[in-house]
Amino acid sequence: MDAVAAAPGTRERTLDALRAVRPALAIVADDEGLKPFETDAFIAHRETPMLAVMPESEEQVRAVVRACRRLGVPVVTRGAGTGISGGAIPRSDGVLLVMTRMRAIVSLDPVARTATVEPGVRNLAVSEAAAPAGLFYAPDPSSQSICSIGGNVAENSGGVHCLKYGLTTHNLLAVRTVDADGDVVETGSLALDAPGYDLMALVTGSEGNLGVVTRVCVRLLPLPERTETLLAAFASVRQAAEAVGEIIGAGIVPAALEMMDRIVIEACERSMALGFPRGAEALLLAEVDGGEEEAREALAAVRAILERCGATEVRVAADAVERERLWKSRKGAFTALATILPDFYTIDGTIPRRRLPDILERVYALAAEYGLVVGNVFHAGDGNIHPCIFYDANQPGELERGEELGGRILEACVEAGGTITGEHGVGIEKLRQMCVQFRAPELAAFHDVKGAFDPGGILNPGKAVPTLKRCAEWGGMHVHGGQMPRPDIPRF
Amino acid sequence: MEETFVAELCERVRDHAARGRALRIRGGGSKEFYGAPGGEAEVLEVGRHAGIVAYEPKELVLTVRSGTALEEVEAALAAERQMLPFEPPHFEGSGTQPRALATIGGAVASGLSGPRRPYAGAVRDFVLGTRIVNGKGEDLAFGGRVIKNVAGYDVSRLMAGALGTLGVITEVSFKVLPRPAAETTLAFELDQAAAIEQANRWAGQPLPLSATAWEDGRLRVRLSGAATAVAAAKAKMGGEEIDAMQYWQDLRDQRLPFFAGDRPLWRLSVPQTTEPFLPEHGQLVEWGGGVRWIRGHPDPLAVRSTAERAGGHATLFRGGDKSIGVFHPLKPALAKIHRRLKLAFDPAGILNPGRMYDF
Repeated sequence: MDAVAAAPGTRERTLDALRAVRPALAIVADDEGLKPFETDAFIAHRETPMLAVMPESEEQVRAVVRACRRLGVPVVTRGAGTGISGGAIPRSDGVLLVMTRMRAIVSLDPVARTATVEPGVRNLAVSEAAAPAGLFYAPDPSSQSICSIGGNVAENSGGVHCLKYGLTTHNLLAVRTVDADGDVVETGSLALDAPGYDLMALVTGSEGNLGVVTRVCVRLLPLPERTETLLAAFASVRQAAEAVGEIIGAGIVPAALEMMDRIVIEACERSMALGFPRGAEALLLAEVDGGEEEAREALAAVRAILERCGATEVRVAADAVERERLWKSRKGAFTALATILPDFYTIDGTIPRRRLPDILERVYALAAEYGLVVGNVFHAGDGNIHPCIFYDANQPGELERGEELGGRILEACVEAGGTITGEHGVGIEKLRQMCVQFRAPELAAFHDVKGAFDPGGILNPGKAVPTLKRCAEWGGMHVHGGQMPRPDIPRF
Repeated sequence: MEETFVAELCERVRDHAARGRALRIRGGGSKEFYGAPGGEAEVLEVGRHAGIVAYEPKELVLTVRSGTALEEVEAALAAERQMLPFEPPHFEGSGTQPRALATIGGAVASGLSGPRRPYAGAVRDFVLGTRIVNGKGEDLAFGGRVIKNVAGYDVSRLMAGALGTLGVITEVSFKVLPRPAAETTLAFELDQAAAIEQANRWAGQPLPLSATAWEDGRLRVRLSGAATAVAAAKAKMGGEEIDAMQYWQDLRDQRLPFFAGDRPLWRLSVPQTTEPFLPEHGQLVEWGGGVRWIRGHPDPLAVRSTAERAGGHATLFRGGDKSIGVFHPLKPALAKIHRRLKLAFDPAGILNPGRMYDF
């Protein structure tokens, strides 16, 4: 995304328009106040917004969008700012719409198993509110204690339990948005379907391009009766990956199936001293849930498969405390990794699961080529890899080298029949790789979809979908031009 | 040969777009009754574009050409003890006439899911990717063959239920699931209000529900899952265990006596906890209370407003006077976006025009 200066006088005109919004709106216009909004969690890039506003009602959101539309001023929507692809990075010529003050749980119906919430409600707060009724909200991105539902919808967030419980898109009943005309658009419904096109599918994961989320009705699920968690050590990544395929092939759909490679294991061991088996090249963390008997049976079956696939050690959590401890390694992995080098950059490709060993070998080879360390901790059950590239921001050029390596890894995912983003979104981070994954006609179709919701192109412009012109400049397009580098590989 | 089919399809669509002549997309014809009649159009047969492109049971991913028979897809999955979790209706008819074979493309385009839907998910939930030919005759691929994918707008899910008005589906990738090891059905004598309440209470507990249906004072509940889970649920829930394999298939394909005859059939999709309404008319309640089938109501406006008041919508599913609109009218803001999307995907308005709304 390029820094664009607003036309002279635009800031003042916009400020006047925003001050006229009724009920009066919280506006941030001073440099110091705007500073915290310069970036989201894609901290490598920063931009100061022209202005920021903090609406407390849908009515205010509509007024802000209408004013910006009239003035041709871009609007970037931000939730908790935990996104790591730069989707909420502001524009110097735009207004930043900060949704954190709209944080009411509007209603929670334990019998209908639904919760209706404002976009600023934290992900975990929904499950906490539902717990007394024996229910929970399934999507659990690792930032769940701080990230907000509005952002989850915008990014179609995943988490560690997607294989069984799906992504955000599978756990929504209705999403209310304000479109670029300032109109309220109600997608989905409180029933199990809605008339017409499935616009909720389009809005979910649209990264703030198709509307501003103002209200969400999520589906709640009954908490499983029993959960079993186990950890298995393997002498090779290939063996661990094969075990993943065997478990799923046996008709078991685990609630979670996570993998860590040696670099991550060692980092966790150093910072958390969890007593992992020495010399393991890969760890698998598996969780099965269901009824009492069902979970016990699944545990026995998974354990047998892990052992048959050559696990050098299998540990089963005896109780909730031990389960927490096993999960600590997974959830604390990113913090532990910071002990290797202060700066790292996490990427998010997905590949068909059977290609896991190949893609990891490719990742290691590319890391060696770039002279950088890469650790892997990821959702093996979904084939969603998260290589962490370590760099030292104080070394000139190292960040750029890391970003280039990340791009190469994502391109390798596309070559393996996968995708450049499983759950983190495109944002500004992966615009370039979008040109590798999609051909010009598909990208044009995406722009057409945006045009249907936002004809003036004011909502989060420049994010999520690259312009055809940019792809041509980057040289991504000519790779295709009707001839793909590997035409034998399925493109979707 | 299959690629030739797609290339020719693109050519034909381009030609029709240039001449502004409408096309009516047809797979096997099993769902021809569904939706608005549309205007005069040339039939575009896609049924011969058939075959499984890729199926890796361990990936839980299946890719098929749109003309593939639904029964062929289900058989291939069954051989690996897997299934399409949304239990799509076939609606292939019965009797002596030649059977209209349901295709997978039609199952996606119609967006219809069967009895398992409230507990497993809808068609759209299991679509991972689609390849379509839009109204400009462009061959486009969206989504992918992997379980998690957030690159680009989710256009592939948009195709589920779009009734072919945005593009001709030529290929679909699905997430599939293992078949449950055990399955049984329990029956309970309950009135409609009590049945709806009970179905919702059970859905809030960790029970392996996979379908519910209420008619004539009898609630049937299907349980599917690990043998131990089904047995534990049975002990907990009580009721009478019955053999209902055929019942669920007949419900899915609307072969039960309730669906016989040609009185108009309304489908009201409402929040699952909605209390019974329009009591003077025979009803069959599915989806844990989320779908109420009503036969022969004389006043379409009353049906529509009842559904709307409950927070849902009503579809004139079969028969009746379709001139009142088969699908529930859209609110203005939604209608605006629908029209713009239609214009973007099919600028000449030649793909199944009028099959859904007046565009």
